[in-house]
Amino acid sequence: MSGVRVLVGTRKGAFTLTSDGGRSDWKVSGPHFGGWEIYHVNGSPADPDRLYASQCSGWFGQVIQRSDDGGKTWEPAGNEFGYEGEVGDHLWYDGKPRPWEFKRIWHFEPSPDDPDTVYAGAEDAAIFRSTDGAKTWQELPGLRTHESGPRWQPGAGGMCLHTIILDPVNKDRMFVAISAAGAFRTDDAGKSWQPINQGLRSEGIPDPNADVGHCVHRIAMHPSRPEVLFMQKHWDVMRTDNAGESWREISGNLPTDFGFPIAVHAHEPETIYVVPIKSDSEHYVPEGKLRVYRSRTGGDEWEPLTTGLPQADCYHNVLRDAMAVDTLDPCGIYFGTSGGQVYGSADGGDTWAPIVRDLPAVLSVEVQVLP
Amino acid sequence: MIRIVLPAHLKNLARVSGEVRLEVTGSVTQRVVLDVLEAQYPMLRGTIRDRQSGNRRAFVRFFACEEDLSNESPDAPLPDRVVKGEEPLLIVGAMAGG
Repeated sequence: MSGVRVLVGTRKGAFTLTSDGGRSDWKVSGPHFGGWEIYHVNGSPADPDRLYASQCSGWFGQVIQRSDDGGKTWEPAGNEFGYEGEVGDHLWYDGKPRPWEFKRIWHFEPSPDDPDTVYAGAEDAAIFRSTDGAKTWQELPGLRTHESGPRWQPGAGGMCLHTIILDPVNKDRMFVAISAAGAFRTDDAGKSWQPINQGLRSEGIPDPNADVGHCVHRIAMHPSRPEVLFMQKHWDVMRTDNAGESWREISGNLPTDFGFPIAVHAHEPETIYVVPIKSDSEHYVPEGKLRVYRSRTGGDEWEPLTTGLPQADCYHNVLRDAMAVDTLDPCGIYFGTSGGQVYGSADGGDTWAPIVRDLPAVLSVEVQVLP
Repeated sequence: MIRIVLPAHLKNLARVSGEVRLEVTGSVTQRVVLDVLEAQYPMLRGTIRDRQSGNRRAFVRFFACEEDLSNESPDAPLPDRVVKGEEPLLIVGAMAGG
């Protein structure tokens, strides 16, 4: 029977949660790198035992860890992330130019084909690639040096590149998202990039057609339909059916369309999940109820999923990289909260149960299906 | 023999316990000692000094012989007692937080 391994990054270390395919009995391992912030842990689709972890601290900076045995043991890998060429300026909060400065890695996206190839999304926003299993990193500078770069500004969490999606069909195509610059696409394997933000409406931006300046929180894709992307923006849930050329709002009957994560069911490309959050000034779920919302129609019509989730006195947040789906049948859904719970559903979201309740605040959740 | 005391997180990262002892030849300065430390423990690169600028990270401090050497020139000689191995160079995570 196949199994699953959930990779959890928290404010104070990494954890792995493992179960068989029934997904009801779990073993919790960790903390790994206790006391360090683990922004993301992700595994290679080509070799599930190859994991990459972003370990960082306000004191000691960025460390990259690599495991070749599914997280049992780890070795420090390369942590030199140098911007290529002229560093240049972006806009700071005060509207003045400020040089790009590397702070941390927010997200890893391993290649589907090669365990040694992995992309990394950085703050200050840039995309890096390693082809030697994270020993060395090279920037794909065409993104940071896009002509709009000097107009990019950080969001409240920093100017982070937090989403990387590799097109499974067109290998030269990638999508990234940056807070608070917006979404970008390359069609030539990262040499050049274009903003794909038409149709996004961000209150407070005077020009509704602004090509950059949008606070995109997360983008998700189903691998069978790479032209279709779903987006949780700061406010608004959006979709595109033409690889980002234009977006339309699909918030529909959501109680609030502010939130962070968005995910697509593994076997139903029109079934999507979000976790509505009350507002950007109150980063917790509305009415003290932790509800995942599911749309089976690709947006617009949403239903709350509540069975097994706390429906009173809950005031957690779910961050942008803290929701994942497995590829078992039925599809499993997982998410982690700012209160340290990781919830799982083994039936596509119909029912939920906590896998673990009292971890440090969860920053990221990924899941692997094991042979 | 230069003696170094690392903060707990960096001991874990470098997989050492107790003091680190380094053979340093020539002039003994912060820069030289940290270069030797990082050569011997490459996983510490970037954790004490910024990878790009080479500057001390903001919340890392250097102490020796009851003196705060954090803002001394990285090319200034370290105190004699550190050079002779009588006192360790303390690399400390600053008490910062909230």
